[in-house]
Amino acid sequence: MIRFLLPLAIFIVLVVFLGIGLTLNPRQVPSPLIDKPAPVFQLNHLHDPDKIMMSKDNLGKVWMLNVWASWCVACRDEHPLLVQLAKTGIVPIYGLNYKDERDTALQWLRQYGDPYTVSIVDSDGKVGIDYGVYGVPETYIIDKQGIIRHKHIGPVTVKSLEDKILPLIRELQG
Amino acid sequence: MYKFKAINVFVLQERASQFFKYIRQLVIVFSVFLLPLTSFANEALPVAEDPVLEKRLVELSENLRCLVCQNESLAGSRADFAIDLRREIREQMKADKSDEEIIDFLVARYGDFVLYNPPFKTTTILLWFGPLILFIGATTALIFYLRRRRTQIDDIPLSESQRLEAEALIRKINKE
Repeated sequence: MIRFLLPLAIFIVLVVFLGIGLTLNPRQVPSPLIDKPAPVFQLNHLHDPDKIMMSKDNLGKVWMLNVWASWCVACRDEHPLLVQLAKTGIVPIYGLNYKDERDTALQWLRQYGDPYTVSIVDSDGKVGIDYGVYGVPETYIIDKQGIIRHKHIGPVTVKSLEDKILPLIRELQG
Repeated sequence: MYKFKAINVFVLQERASQFFKYIRQLVIVFSVFLLPLTSFANEALPVAEDPVLEKRLVELSENLRCLVCQNESLAGSRADFAIDLRREIREQMKADKSDEEIIDFLVARYGDFVLYNPPFKTTTILLWFGPLILFIGATTALIFYLRRRRTQIDDIPLSESQRLEAEALIRKINKE
């Protein structure tokens, strides 16, 4: 009896492990920056290059940092959702325009709508490296103390907003 | 009888000139194939700027994973991400940062995932010792199995009644 049950048991254990493996997304690499202070930056505005935004300007409020680019196709998927979210005024969204051309970026915002309180320019991707960006779009939730609380890799979806992002923002806003 | 075909000098000359024409065409075709190589050589020029630093960069980035194309190292990948990180590493090397400092910099931003050589800590114990545990488990199971089988094969003496029964059977077969 055990001669038949043992291979079956081993097979079931294997299937369970492989099944768990299938549900994981290897592209979603957990960020070591969660619960760490958001990297400091000092960047020019996209619309008004004379203005400078510093990361510490946002201390005291919960905010969202959305990394986007006009060359990024997946950004188009999430963009209508961000525009909608910006209209509700729940959370200010700041756009990090990652390795992009200024003219095409502005044109892109005119075409698809501009949900960003401020868009800042990271033309050589240096700040992107500090934030551990490896695939655009990526979205960070940063709390009042300037701590990164959540990183969403890939386009924001209705499900990810409802399940994780919005409840977290409400909790952080207290 | 086999008749040899007369080959005059004119035909030979004709063939030779055709042959050379063919060779010339071949040379042209091959040089077209070689053309991209020369332009590659031009693009790769900056490497020669500081061969020591580039060698160090390659050695370091061969052990780092490109997060975009996860089966490639930072050294081998042509993804934008890898190019940016190589540039970053190059700049830090020029700023006299040690390899450890550069690795710490990358791990702080991208996590242990960026390392092909996983560090030794509580979350990776299974990764490091898993194969060894499996090996020891399988070996002990094999030893137990072999021992049990040996006792099963060992001759177990027949009881008196079994012996008589067996002898009766043999006699019966012999008679038939």
